[in-house]
Amino acid sequence: MTDSKYFTTTKKGEIFELKAELNSDKKEKKKEAVKKVIASMTVGKDVSALFPDVVNCMQTDNLELKKLVYLYLMNYAKSQPDMAIMAVNTFVKDCEDPNPLIRALAVRTMGCIRVDKITEYLCEPLRKCLKDEDPYVRKTAAVCVAKLHDINAQLVEDQGFLDTLKDLISDSNPMVVANAVAALSEIAESHPSSNLLDLNPQSINKLLTALNECTEWGQIFILDCLANYMPKDDREAQSICERVTPRLSHANSAVVLSAVKVLMKFMEMLSKDLDYYGTLLKKLAPPLVTLLSAEPELQYVALRNINLIVQKRPEILKHEMKVFFVKYNDPIYVKLEKLDIMIRLASQANIAQVLAELKEYATEVDVDFVRKAVRAIGRCAIKVEQSAERCVSTLLDLIQTKVNYVVQEAIVVIKDIFRKYPNKYESVIATLCENLDSLDEPEARAAMIWIVGEYAERIDNADELLESFLEGFHDESTQVQLQLLTAIVKLFLKKPTETQELVQQVLSLATQDSDNPDLRDRGYIYWRLLSTDPVAAKEVVLAEKPLISEETDLIEPTLLDELICYIGTLASVYHKPPSAFVEGSRGVVHKSLPPRTGSSESAESPDAAPSAGQAAEQPAVIPAQGDLLGDLLNLDLGPPVSGPPLAASSVQMGAVDLLGGGLDSLMGDESEGLRSDVGGSPAMGGSGFTAPGPAAPAAMGAPLGSGLGDLFDLTGGVGTLSGSYVAPKTVWLPAMKAKGLEISGTFSRQVGSICMDLVLTNKALQVMSDFAIQFNRNSFGLAPAAPLQVHAPLAPNQSVEISLPLNTVGSVMKMDPLNNLQVAVKNNIDVFYFSTLYPLHILFVEDGKMERQMFLATWKDIPNENEAQFQIKDCSLNADAVSSKLQGSNIFTIAKRNVEGQDMLYQSLKLTNGIWVLAELRIQPSNPSFTLSLKCRAPEVSQYVYQAYDAILKN
Amino acid sequence: MKMIHSLFLINCSGDIFLEKHWKSVVSQSVCDYFFEAQEKAIDVENVPPVISTPHHYLISIYRDKIFFVSVIQTEVPPLFVIEFLHRVADTFQDYFGECSETAIKDNVVIVYELLEEMLDNGFPLATESNILKELIKPPTILRSVVNSITGSSNVGDTLPTGQLSNIPWRRAGVKYTNNEAYFDVIEEIDAIIDKSGSTVFAEIQGVIDSCIKLSGMPDLSLSFMNPRLLDDVSFHPCIRFKRWESERVLSFIPPDGNFRLISYRVSSQNLVAIPVYVKHLISFKENSSSGRFDVTIGPKQNMGKTVEGVVMTVHMPKAVLNMNLTATQGSYTFDPVTKVLAWDVGKITPQKLPNLKGIVNLQSGAPKPEENPSLNIQFKIQQLAISGLKVNRLDMYGEKYKPFKGVKYITKAGKFQVRT
Repeated sequence: MTDSKYFTTTKKGEIFELKAELNSDKKEKKKEAVKKVIASMTVGKDVSALFPDVVNCMQTDNLELKKLVYLYLMNYAKSQPDMAIMAVNTFVKDCEDPNPLIRALAVRTMGCIRVDKITEYLCEPLRKCLKDEDPYVRKTAAVCVAKLHDINAQLVEDQGFLDTLKDLISDSNPMVVANAVAALSEIAESHPSSNLLDLNPQSINKLLTALNECTEWGQIFILDCLANYMPKDDREAQSICERVTPRLSHANSAVVLSAVKVLMKFMEMLSKDLDYYGTLLKKLAPPLVTLLSAEPELQYVALRNINLIVQKRPEILKHEMKVFFVKYNDPIYVKLEKLDIMIRLASQANIAQVLAELKEYATEVDVDFVRKAVRAIGRCAIKVEQSAERCVSTLLDLIQTKVNYVVQEAIVVIKDIFRKYPNKYESVIATLCENLDSLDEPEARAAMIWIVGEYAERIDNADELLESFLEGFHDESTQVQLQLLTAIVKLFLKKPTETQELVQQVLSLATQDSDNPDLRDRGYIYWRLLSTDPVAAKEVVLAEKPLISEETDLIEPTLLDELICYIGTLASVYHKPPSAFVEGSRGVVHKSLPPRTGSSESAESPDAAPSAGQAAEQPAVIPAQGDLLGDLLNLDLGPPVSGPPLAASSVQMGAVDLLGGGLDSLMGDESEGLRSDVGGSPAMGGSGFTAPGPAAPAAMGAPLGSGLGDLFDLTGGVGTLSGSYVAPKTVWLPAMKAKGLEISGTFSRQVGSICMDLVLTNKALQVMSDFAIQFNRNSFGLAPAAPLQVHAPLAPNQSVEISLPLNTVGSVMKMDPLNNLQVAVKNNIDVFYFSTLYPLHILFVEDGKMERQMFLATWKDIPNENEAQFQIKDCSLNADAVSSKLQGSNIFTIAKRNVEGQDMLYQSLKLTNGIWVLAELRIQPSNPSFTLSLKCRAPEVSQYVYQAYDAILKN
Repeated sequence: MKMIHSLFLINCSGDIFLEKHWKSVVSQSVCDYFFEAQEKAIDVENVPPVISTPHHYLISIYRDKIFFVSVIQTEVPPLFVIEFLHRVADTFQDYFGECSETAIKDNVVIVYELLEEMLDNGFPLATESNILKELIKPPTILRSVVNSITGSSNVGDTLPTGQLSNIPWRRAGVKYTNNEAYFDVIEEIDAIIDKSGSTVFAEIQGVIDSCIKLSGMPDLSLSFMNPRLLDDVSFHPCIRFKRWESERVLSFIPPDGNFRLISYRVSSQNLVAIPVYVKHLISFKENSSSGRFDVTIGPKQNMGKTVEGVVMTVHMPKAVLNMNLTATQGSYTFDPVTKVLAWDVGKITPQKLPNLKGIVNLQSGAPKPEENPSLNIQFKIQQLAISGLKVNRLDMYGEKYKPFKGVKYITKAGKFQVRT
C-alpha cells in the first residue's frame, strides 16, 4: 500500500469526487481524502476549491488528520482569507491544549497563515506561548514572533513581543536561546538601525554557553550573531575565540564556516606577536581542508570562501597546496575554483609542482577548464618571477600542440608576460607569429597585434603582418580595431619611411569610414599628434608603460575586509557585498573588520565607528558624483596597454573639473573665480584651494563677540608649552566611501597655532597623488593656512601623516552644529567630501585670562538667561589638578574659593573670534560630578565649550 | 525570510515531481532558470549549486539522480541550505530505504509531513532522525496494513523526549534484549598518481560509523592505540570535545542505532601508503585509426592483506570507436556511447598479476586524441585501516549490563586516479 494510489484519478472529475469524500461520515475515508488532496498539492495542482471542505475536517482528535489539514491551510489560506477565518477558533482552542505538541503546532501554523485578520487573533495565544512552561512551545513561539513581524511589524512592536523575545535570550533552555537569537537576527535584518540585539559581555557570555548545548542549526544562528559583536579589547576577543574554536571540529560544515567567520573577524584584533595568534592560525587550516572532502556543492561554497581567506591571510593555507589539485571527475565548477586558489597559493617554494599540474590540466577535455589552466600559467609567471622562464617555455610547448583555443589563450597571456618583463622573452615572437592565421578570437587577435606593434622594430615583416589584418578592418571587433590603430601608429613612429602609406590608410579607415566614436576619437587624436608634433607623438605613443603586477586580480582590500565579515553567506559566494545584489536589502549595514588593538586607538574604536558613520552621512547633501570620471577612463577600450599617457592626462583634467563643480555646491557663488583658475593648471590645484585673502577677519568678530576682548590682551596667557589636549584620531572618511582613500585625523593646538593632524591611507590598488584640501565656510572661519603637502605619491597600503596648519581667517558661515566642518579632499582619482566636528578648545586663545575685576563686572553684566549649567560626570580630579589641566588648553583659573567644603573655580577663556566665555566650576570632594556654569554673550557656544571641558578633563 | 522559501524535487528528465512551499507558493516557472543552467552544464554533475535569478536564488544539490532545488529570497549562508538539503535526502533514505523518485512518490504524504516537521518558517526544527521517527513513524508494510484495518495513524502524538534535552540525539527508554556496540573504521584513499607512478597527492579520509543498540543511557569511552593520527577530526555532536582535547579519548552518550561517530583526515604530510600500482601503456598512432592499450595492476604495501573488489574505469577519448581487449582475469565492458571502459578485476593475486590489453579502434580520419585518459581505480582491503589507526578499548559507564562489542576495519579507494 503506497501513497501513489492517491494520484489515480477517475474520469468523473477529481475535485467533485474529493469533495464527496471529504464530507463523508467515515473518519477513515475523510483522512484518505485529505491525503489525496495533499498529494495533489505536492505536484502543484490547484486544489484550493476544496478549502471549506478541508477546513471542516480540522476539528478532530486525530493528530495526523489535524496536521494534514494544517498543511493544507498554510498553502491556501492566503488565497481564501475569508474562509481562513473559519479556522481561527480551532487554533485558539488548540493553543490551550494540555499536549505541548499540539500547542506548539497550533501557534506555529497560525504564524504561517499570512492573513491580516488572523494575525489579530494570534497575539493573545502567542503571548501565552512565549511564556509557556514547556520549552518546546517557547522555542516555537520565538520563531512565530519573527513570522508575525514579517506580516505586520507594527503589531509586533506595539504588543511588546520584541521585549519578550529579548528576555528569551536569557532562557534556561539553550534551544530556546538559539531560536530567540535567530528570530531577533531576522527581525534586525529588516531594521538595521534598531538596536535589537544589544550585545554586551553578559549577553555574549549567555550566547557562548548556549552555543555548547544547542542543536547544530542553533549554533549557526548564534555564531552568526556573535560575528556582529565588537569585543572591547583584544583580551575579550581572545576569550571568545577560545570558546568558539571547538566548533571547528563540528560535523556540520555550515557550523564550521560560521565559526571560521567569527575567528577571522576577531583575529583582526589580536596582536600578531601573541602566541595565541599563531595557535589560532594553525587551528584554522585543518577544518578548511576538511570542507574539501565533502559533497561537491559544499566544496564549491567552501572554495569560494577559501578564496577570500587566502587573500586575507595567505599564511593559513600556504602548506596545503596539494589539496587543491584537481581530480578529473571533479565537477567543472569545483575545478575552476581550485585552479584560482592554486594560483593564489603559488610561491617560489611550490611553483614547480604547480606548473606540472597546470600543464597536465591543459591537456584535459573540458575547454573552459583548459583555457583557465593556460591563463593560470601566465598568472604564475607574473606572480613568481623566478618561474617566468619555465612558464614561458611551458606555454610554448602548449602552442606546439596547435590546439586552437590553447594557442589563443597562450598568446593572450604571453602578452601579459611581455608587459611584466619587457625585453626578456622577445625571442619567442617568431613562434607566435607562425600562429597568426589560426587566431579567430578578438582577444587573441588584439593581443597578437599589440605584440607586433610593441616589438615592430624586431619583426622584419611587421608591416606585412599588420597590413594583413587591415584588409578586414571593418569586420573586426572594436577591441581589435583600436589595437590595430595603435599598433600601426607605433610601427610608423618606429619605421616612418616604409609605413607612411599604411598609417594613412588606417587613420582614414578609423576616422572616415567608422561609426564607432571611440575609434574615430582615437584616430583623430593620433592624426593631429602626428601632423602637429611627431616628436611629442613619439613621447606619448611610445612612452614607457607601467609594469603590470599580479595584484590586478586581487580583490580590493576594503572590499575584501568587508567580505571577510560575510564569510559563509551568499555575498562570499559572489564576492560582492550584499548591498550590491540582495534584492530588497532594506538598508544593508556595511560591516567592517575590527581595528587591531595594541595601539592607543583601540579603546576609542567602538565609539569612533558611529561618529565616522555620522560624518559620512552628512555630506550626503552634496549631489552624488556621476560616473563622469569612469567614462573618461573607459575611453580607452582596448587592453590597458595602449596609450596610458593619454588616459592619464584626461583623468587629471576630469578630476579638476569635477572638483570645481563639486565645490560650487559647497561654496555657493564665491568660488566662481576660483574655478577658472584651477581648471587651467591641474598641478596648481593645491594652491588654488587656499582660502581667499585676509579681508574677511575684520568683519567677523563683530556680530558675535563684543569689543571687550581686545581690551584685555595685556593679561597675556602664560606660555603653556605642554600644549592643549589632543583627542585620538578617528576615521573621518572610510576607504569604502572614497575609492580606497582613508582619512583619519584629529585637531590640535600648540603654542597658538591650530593644526589638523591627518593620516591618509591608501587602501586601493593604485598609486594616489595630487592631493589637495579645501574647507567649506564654517562658524569660526577655519581654513587651511598652507596647501596639503603630500611629498611623494602614496603607494597602495601606505599611509602618510600630515599636520596641516589652520588659521581662522576663512569666510564665516554659521553651521549646525556650530563646530561642524565640511571638508573636500581631492586626489588623482576623484574628489571626496566629508564632514567632521572639531573640539572647540582648539579655538581657545593663549590670552584668554581675564582680570579679576573685569571678570566680576562681566559676569554681572551678562544677563542671567545667558547662563547655562552642565554636569561633568565621573571625574575624580581635585581642584588643583583640574585647574592645571584646563590651563593646558587655555582655560584660565582666575580665582578659587572654598565654600562649605566645595571648591569653586572661576575661569575664563577666549575664542579666536574674540568671544569671551566665563565659567564657574563647582567641585565637591566626595562627588565625582562637577557642576559647570557658563556665561557668555553668545550663549550658543556654551554647549560646545562644555564638551571641550568634558573632553579635556576626562583625558 | 530566513533560509528556504520553497523546495522543488526534479528528476533527471526535468520533471518537477514534488514541491513544498514554506511561506507562499512560488511558481514552478522559477525552475526554468535551473533548467537553463542544467542545459548549459551538459553533464548533470556540473550544474552549479548556486544560481541567481532576478528575484530569487536557487541553491541545489544532486543526490541519487534527484535535484533538490531550494528557492531563496534573501541573504543566507548557502552551506546552511546545502547541509539541510543533504539532511532531507538522508532522512528520505532512512525512512524509505532509498532516496528515489519512486520511493518519494509512494510516500508522498509522509514526505510532506517530514518536510513540515524539519523546517518551520525557514528555521530547521527537527532534523535528528530519532526525533523525527518519534513524530512520524516510518512506513512498514505491516504498519500500513494494521493502520488501514484499525484506522490508527503513523503520526506520534506525544512530544519526543529528545527534542529538548541536552542530548537531543538520544531518546529515553531505549530497551534491547541483546546489547551491542559495533564500530566500523572505514578509510578511503584519495590519490592522484602521475604518469611515472609517483604520488602527486594522497590523503586518507576516514570515518568511524557506529551501530549502537544499548539499553538505557550508556556513557561510552572509546580510546585509540595511536590517537596522534587524528589531528583533523569532525565530531558527532554527542562527543565531549573537552575530554578529547585533554585526554584524546572519545567520550559520549551515543544516539540509538546507526550514526557516524567521527570523520577524520590523515593528510598527505604523513606518508600515505598506496596499496596498488598500475603499469600502463596507452598510445594512439598518428594517421592511423588504431591505438594500443595495455594495463597491469599489482599490489604493494598492503601489509599482507589481500586487495579485492578491484574495478578500473576509464573515460576513453571521444574518438575511440571500440576496443578489442583480452583480460587475463575478470571481465571488461566498453560502452561506445559514453566511451567508458570498465574492467571488473576482482581479487589481485601477486603470483599472477591481472592484465588487460589489446587494440583501440579510432574513428577513421579523426585527429589523434590529445588527452590521455585517467584511470579510476576502486579496491577494498578487509581488516586493515591503512593509516594504522587502531581502537584500544571501549568502556561503558552508567549502565550495569555487559554489552557485546566489536570493531571492524576496512580500507577502500576513494577518488583514486592514475594519470597516463
